[in-house]
Formats: sequence, C-alpha cells, structure tokens
Amino acid sequence: MKILLNKGLSKQRRTQGFLVLVALVAVLLLCKYFNLLPEFLDELPLHTEKSSIDVGYLEEASYDELVPVGAILDSAFYFLRDDLGVGIVTRFLSYDILKNLINIFDNILLGGSKGFGFGSPPWTTLLVIVLILGYALKGWRLALLSGGAVCYFAIFGLWQYAMETLSLLVAAVPVSILIGLVLGILCYRKKSVETMLMPILNVAQTMPHFAYLIPVVVFFGVGHQTGVIATIIFAAPPMVRLTLLGLQKVPPEILDAGKMSGCSNGQLMFRVQLPSARNEIMLGINQVIMQCLAMVVIAAFIGANGLGQRFLHKLISLKLGECVEIGFAIVLLAIVLDRLSRAWAEKKRDYTANLPFYRRYKYPILMVVLVALTYILSGYFPILDKIPRDLDVTYAKGWWYLTDWVVINWGSSLKGLRYFVIVDLLTPLRDALLYMPFSSVLLLVGGLGLLLGGYYSALLTLGFLVFIALAGWWDRAMITAYMVLFATFICIIVGIPLGIWSAMNERRARAALFWCDTFQTFPSFIYILPVIMLFQVNDFAAIMAVIVYAIIPSVRYTIEGLRNIPPELHEAVTMAGCNKRQRLFQLQLPVPLPHIMLGVNQTIMFAFSMVIIAAFVGTIDLGQSIFKALSETAIGKGVTLGLCVSFLALTVDHLITRWARERRQSLGLG
Amino acid sequence: MNSAPSQPVIRCQSLYKVFGLSPGQLQFDNNGLIDRSFLDRKDAVIAVHNVSLDVGAGELLVVMGLSGSGKSTLIRCLSRLIEPTSGTVEIEGSDLLAMSEKKLIELRRNKMGMVFQNFALLPHRTVLENIAFPLQMRGMKRAKYVENAMKMIALVGLDGKENSFPRELSGGQQQRVGIARSLAVEPDIWFLDEPFSALDPLIRKEMQDEFLRLQSMLKKTIVFITHDFDEALRLADRIAIMYHGNIEQIGSPEDIVLNPATDYVRKFTGDVPREKVLTAGSVMDARKSEEELASRSVRINDRVGAIAEYVLGQPIPVPVVDMHDQLVGVLHQTKVLQILFPDKDTKTDS
Repeated sequence: MKILLNKGLSKQRRTQGFLVLVALVAVLLLCKYFNLLPEFLDELPLHTEKSSIDVGYLEEASYDELVPVGAILDSAFYFLRDDLGVGIVTRFLSYDILKNLINIFDNILLGGSKGFGFGSPPWTTLLVIVLILGYALKGWRLALLSGGAVCYFAIFGLWQYAMETLSLLVAAVPVSILIGLVLGILCYRKKSVETMLMPILNVAQTMPHFAYLIPVVVFFGVGHQTGVIATIIFAAPPMVRLTLLGLQKVPPEILDAGKMSGCSNGQLMFRVQLPSARNEIMLGINQVIMQCLAMVVIAAFIGANGLGQRFLHKLISLKLGECVEIGFAIVLLAIVLDRLSRAWAEKKRDYTANLPFYRRYKYPILMVVLVALTYILSGYFPILDKIPRDLDVTYAKGWWYLTDWVVINWGSSLKGLRYFVIVDLLTPLRDALLYMPFSSVLLLVGGLGLLLGGYYSALLTLGFLVFIALAGWWDRAMITAYMVLFATFICIIVGIPLGIWSAMNERRARAALFWCDTFQTFPSFIYILPVIMLFQVNDFAAIMAVIVYAIIPSVRYTIEGLRNIPPELHEAVTMAGCNKRQRLFQLQLPVPLPHIMLGVNQTIMFAFSMVIIAAFVGTIDLGQSIFKALSETAIGKGVTLGLCVSFLALTVDHLITRWARERRQSLGLG
Repeated sequence: MNSAPSQPVIRCQSLYKVFGLSPGQLQFDNNGLIDRSFLDRKDAVIAVHNVSLDVGAGELLVVMGLSGSGKSTLIRCLSRLIEPTSGTVEIEGSDLLAMSEKKLIELRRNKMGMVFQNFALLPHRTVLENIAFPLQMRGMKRAKYVENAMKMIALVGLDGKENSFPRELSGGQQQRVGIARSLAVEPDIWFLDEPFSALDPLIRKEMQDEFLRLQSMLKKTIVFITHDFDEALRLADRIAIMYHGNIEQIGSPEDIVLNPATDYVRKFTGDVPREKVLTAGSVMDARKSEEELASRSVRINDRVGAIAEYVLGQPIPVPVVDMHDQLVGVLHQTKVLQILFPDKDTKTDS
C-alpha cells in the first residue's frame, strides 16, 4: 500500500495540491477573522483536569475530549497488569531478580550487608584501576581524565552517590546491550519483526522520558530497581537500530565468503556477521552507556539512588551551588565513560605472537599488583581507604556568591532581555498559534505532507495530529509546538552560521566537533542549572535551556556537511572563478543542505525532549501535564500525553527526512 | 586437458535465474520460451537464461561477460549461494539443488573454494585467521589448522604476513589471502569471481602469472569469471561468453577468435591480436616431401606471437612437432606474416 500511495503523484501534482490546501487555510483564517467560522472547525473539546492550574483562557473550554484515550489506556493497562497477571511477572522481575542483581554490584562497589558482605573497596583501588585502564586504552591523557574524575568523587564527598550510580549503570548497561543485540538480530533475520518493531522504536525514541516512567512505575513499582528498569528500557532502542544497521552493512560478498567457508547459520552470525558489524555495535554500546547516564537524574524521579537523586533533592530545595557540584560529577562520569568506551571500541587489538607472558599481560598484571597494594596500604593509611567527611571540600558557596553577583550586577539587563523576549516574541507567537483554528493547522500540515511525500505522508502526518486533537490536548500541544518552533528557529539562525564559520578551517572545525561531542554527553537535566541561575523559573528560562541543548546537532551537522563536500567540487568551483560569497551560496550551502536539514531535524527532536524536561522550570505545555500525571501515577493520561509529544515529533521528523531523502537523490548523493 | 572427460565435474542444464520469482514460478509458453509479460507484471528480471554447460576434471572454464551479463549470478548458482529458479546443477554426478542444508555445508567444507572480487576478507581476523577460517568451521584442531594455514601462506608467498590484518595489506596481497583461504580446504572445485578485477593492471598481470603457476601445480577444476577478454584468452582452456544472461558461445580461445558465433562475440574478437590466440598447430601446413626445414622446431601449442621472431628470422620453413616430438607439420613465414599483419596482407592481395 505504501508503494501504491507513493507512486501515483508527480512533484507538480503534489505542489498543486499543497497550494490548494494553503488557499483553504487562508480562507479558514479569513473566516475566523470575520467571525464566520463555525465553532466545530475552530475549537476542539479539551481534556479537563480537576486539579488544574491552567491559565484563564484554557479553563473556558471545560468540556470533555472527543475520545477518552486516557481512560481507555488506563483500563487497558490495568487489565494487562491485574487481570492478565502481567503485574506478577513484572514485579517478580523487579523485586526478586533485578534487586538482587543490583545488590551484588552495590555490594562490590559500596560494601555493606546486602550481598557477599565484603567491605567497600578503598577509593584508591578504583583510582588505580581507571588510571591503568585509561592509559592502556588510549594514553596518559585519558588516564588523567578518568583518574581526575575518581579523585573528584572522593574529595567532594560524593563517593557514595557516585558508586550507587555506577552500580546502577553496571546493572543496566549489559542488560540493555543484550536486549538490543537480540532484537537487532531478530529484526535482521525476519523482515516481519523489523516492520513491526520499527514504528515502536520510533515512538519509543521520541516519547518523553517522563512519560516512560509512568507505565514502569505501574508495572514495576517504585524504587531503585525500577529506576534501573526504566533506564534499561530507555537505552535499548539505539542498540537495536545500530545492530540492525551494522548487520545490514556487512557486504554480501563477506556473507558469500562465510557460506563458501562452510559456515552453519549460527557460525555465520557469530563468527562472520556480528564481528564484521563490530564498528556499529561498539557505537551502539557507547550510545547505550550515554543513554543510561542521561536517565540518571530522570530515574531519580521514581526512586533511583545515586548522584541523580542527590541532584534532584538539591535542585528542588534550590541549592544551586551543591547542584553544580553534583552536576559536574555526573558530567565527569559521562565524559569518562564515553571516552573509555570509545577508546575501547577503537582499540586495535594486537595479536603479535610470541610475546612472553608478562609482556603480553603487562596491564592486567600491573593492575592486580597495584590493587593489592592499595588494599594493603589503606590498612595503614585510612585516608587512602576513605576520605573522612570533615575533610570534604566543597565549592558550592562560591557558586552562591557568583549567582548573587550575577543577579545584583546583571539582574536588570537580564530582566529586560527576559521581558522583551516573553512579551514581544513568545507571547505573540503563542497567541498566533492558539488563534489558528485547529482545522487550518491540520490542513497546513496535511498539505506539507502532500508536498513533501505524497498521499502516504499526508495521511500519516494527519493521523498523528488527529490523534492529538481527539485526545483533547490540542491547546497544550500547540504550546509545546510553539516553544519548539521558537527554540528551533533560534538554533538555526545561530547554529548554522556558527557551523559554517567553524567549518571554514580545519582546526576550528575539529575544536567545534570536540565541544559538540563533549556537550552531547551531558545529561539533559544539567542544562537546566545555569539557566535557572541566570533567569530564574519561567517560560524564558525553559526556552533558553531548550536552545542551549538543542543547538548542538545544528552546529555539528553543518560542520560535517560542509566538510564532506568532495574536494573536486571545491576545485571545480575555484576554477570557475567563484569568490568567497559565491562559493558559499553556490556550493557550500546547497550541496550539504540535505545533511544540514537532518541536523535541523535532530535539533527539533532534541528540542522536543528538552521542552518536556524544561517543564520542570515552569511551562504550561504537555510537559507540565506529564509531570502531573507522573506524580498522580495516572498511567493512561501520562501515556496519552507522551504519545502526543511523540506524534508531534514524528510528524516533523517524517516531513524533514522525506524531504532530505528526495533532495539527496536528486543531487545524486545516494 | 581439452579432451572430453568421461564425467563432467560440474554440469548444469537449462539453468534459469529470475530475480523476483521463487523457484517453480517460472512459466514457459509452447515454444519453451519464458512468458515475458508475466515477468513484467511481477517486476522480475532475468539474470541467467537457459544456460547449459559442462566443466571437466582439471579444466579451466572462463566465463566472460560485461557487467550485468549474469556471470556473477551464474557462478553463484553453480555454488548455490543463490537458489536457481529452474534447471539442474550436478556436482560430480550428485544433484546440488536437491541437497539438504547440512550436505551443502559439508560439500563446501570439503570440495569447494571461492575467491571474490573485493576479496571479502573478514576485517577482524588476521591473515592467518582468515585463511584458517574454513578449517575452523570444519572443527579442525588448533595445531592442525595453524599448520595447514601456514602451508597456504607459503604457497601464495605471504610468509611473514600471517599476523597482519587485511587493512594493512595491499590489494594484491589481500587477494593472495583470499586465494589461500579458498584453497585451505584443498577443494577439487575452485570458483573465482572476477578475482583480479579490483587490482591495478601491473599487479593483475603478476597475479595471473601466480594463478597459472598455482593451477599448473594443483590442477583444480575451475570456473573463472572475468570481464576482461585478454585475461580470458590468457588463462582459459575454454571460454564461455555471456550476454544478457545467455551464453553466446562456448569454445576454445582459438575457436572463438576464428569462428565467432554471433555479432556480439565478433565485436569482442575483432580487436584481438591473433598471434596471441592462434597456435602453431592451427596455422601450419602439411610438409611437402622435398622441403628443407630449419634446424630448430616449434611446438604445436606454441602461440604464434611467441615464436614469430624466430620463424621470421629463418630463411626456410620451420618444423612443428607435437608433445612427443613427432613432426606434424611445417610453418611457412608467409602464414605468420598474414597473422601479424592481416590488413596489409589483404591490400597486397587486391
């Protein structure tokens, strides 16, 4: 059916259809302006909330949504859990299996009575382990970075929390990888599994983190282990995708070679295909680790221990200085794990034969010796075992003073900026979007779908929006959309020029990519901090957080796109006598445009995920409602809201990737 | 080697491969032709069309064709990497297409080897591990497969490279690894799918020499795919020329150059220097009794190009002898000149 719907329309017909629909949109708007528009084309019945803190005009429309999606989902989930007995299984998994697993790791890293009853290892032990690991994998820089991180945890009194987080990761990462690998292989083996799983993955990856948490809580209960489960579920999708991609990229000749070498099916998978897909799989593992870390703070909402919980406590009590301290620890942990896992993935294994035993295993031997040494020494010098509480260093106060200084000295100008943006930019944009009759928005998006992808795209995107309309969250969805639109707009006009400027010379480009890499490893919650410090809690702060977080892919993809222009094209343009401006507009912008647009797409996806988290600093969009649903464990409502966000994101994603694919093909870039 | 063998090692009959159709779906009309409109409806493409051929023991069959002619599909049907749509393939008398998965794997582990155009080496394995791979799949013990693989490394002249990774080798070296891997199980049947096409011309020549050296030692039954007609002429016992999935002509190099069966074949053979193809035997005359002959003789299977300098340096005809040094004919200088300068010759005639 997909093919049938796509084949039929020429580009010209699609454009005509689009124009007709745009004309209709104009008619609708005019009607509304002259008060001729019938009510049912203008406003939608909305979901009403009893404990609502809505602003005035949202309350006016206080009748029920067209389709009670939330209530339907509620009963479906509870039917699954209680009547079908899924709850028994999930609770068994959660309390009996996972809890014990986590206890083991907790015990190894933290000591205590839960597992084997070992004492906790001295902090210096971990220090020498990461030092040697860093050095063996990459060199002394990585060793210093990882060692520095461990020292940071110990010195700033965060040891216990850091170890709790680490044990959470150690439990979650392997399970996530395993699930990803198995599903990836299944997708590869069976096309039907792929077609079934891919839409689920699409939704899963665009669903806001908080919307996930609600079903997890309903099925698995609250607590540390539930946090681990949420982390596992959230981190698996990229692994599935990358495993599948890796397997699909193995050249058919290699498969033939494997078969002609007499491989059975199992041998082919495990000795030919998976090893050949090594790069993608390693990248997947790296992604899993990063996603798990991103969940550290978020999982704290449902009771995960560790740095995240600590961070959250401090954030809620607005102790920003301590927050920075903990936030920095999380970032350090993220960077170190990212660099270590990447170094491991890129490590060239050396099979040089005939090395004597002690040289071949010099690093493991060194590690064993030093670990033993730290154990012995810490018996004599307690400071090597644990840094006593009264020696804890903190620089939280410093941040207090800095914040105060900023507020005192820049306060008025920041306020002015905030006022200007909110009153003159944000509010008019929001009101404009809310003024548009819902029917005109549907037509506009459907028209775009028709223009960019034909009937199939038009129907798909319309379907997404109709769901939101029927579920009764239209106004809040529009507010989310306006924040994302605005943030994306700023990201584009700042990020793309920044990317172009960076790409102009090699050193700058490399530096910019390095910073993009580094910023991307920061868990999203971290971005909230500086924003609160500077702008307090309001819409503007939320949008600033979104912009800072979402600008990264715009910059990165622009740099990549510009740098991937084939050198012979540059030579051709030079020989044609272009000056700098002509080169920019004739070559450097149009050719990599599809790639840059994919970056913009990523920016939009990032913006959607951040805008929900930013609800934490006060917005009245879907995100706020998701928070409320989470605190009430209202599963149906939470999932509905999550789907609304996901569908908004998928609409944009579908349109842009469609366009980029067609454009690439017409440029002959495959 | 050209003599007809008692039983062919590889025999395929009316082989069809149509992409987009599953086996048994192929429909023929009353004349035994494929129903084309049916194919169009199914968006199906014919890759191999009614191919029948035999390859005898120790014979080197070169399948020559341009890209898209179906030659790669043909060799994959013969090794059953691709399931043919219709027709039969027999390997040493047993039906390849009826074999169970298990028997097929058994066959590949013991009887077949294959070399690929882009080498298809496993990137995560060293040279030694790549070559030992089929042996490992067989479940051979470590000491034994290392020993065998080292032998293969010596055979293809890669001593000292056994612990390198494929990415550290040049293209020629990589293909030597590919060749060694395909020979590691000591197969009787050797498939080579454009093995030298990805290499530079000089390296290609070197690898062809290497290949001829190996074949003179090993005497495998070979199906060799190439798009390079010169390569085909250099290596082949017999050549099959493919076009649009059909075999246009199959025969010895001389046969194909001297008697091209179709226009398509003629296009290829038109530019071929004949002295590189024709042997002394194919242009010699019967000896007239009174004729005086040069002292040194040439062999019946020497290419004309290789002996032209000597023959033309003699004032009198040169004797031609067979494998057993029996005189079978004489070679006249005019004949050699006619072959070397076909155009000039026709002008002087007219």
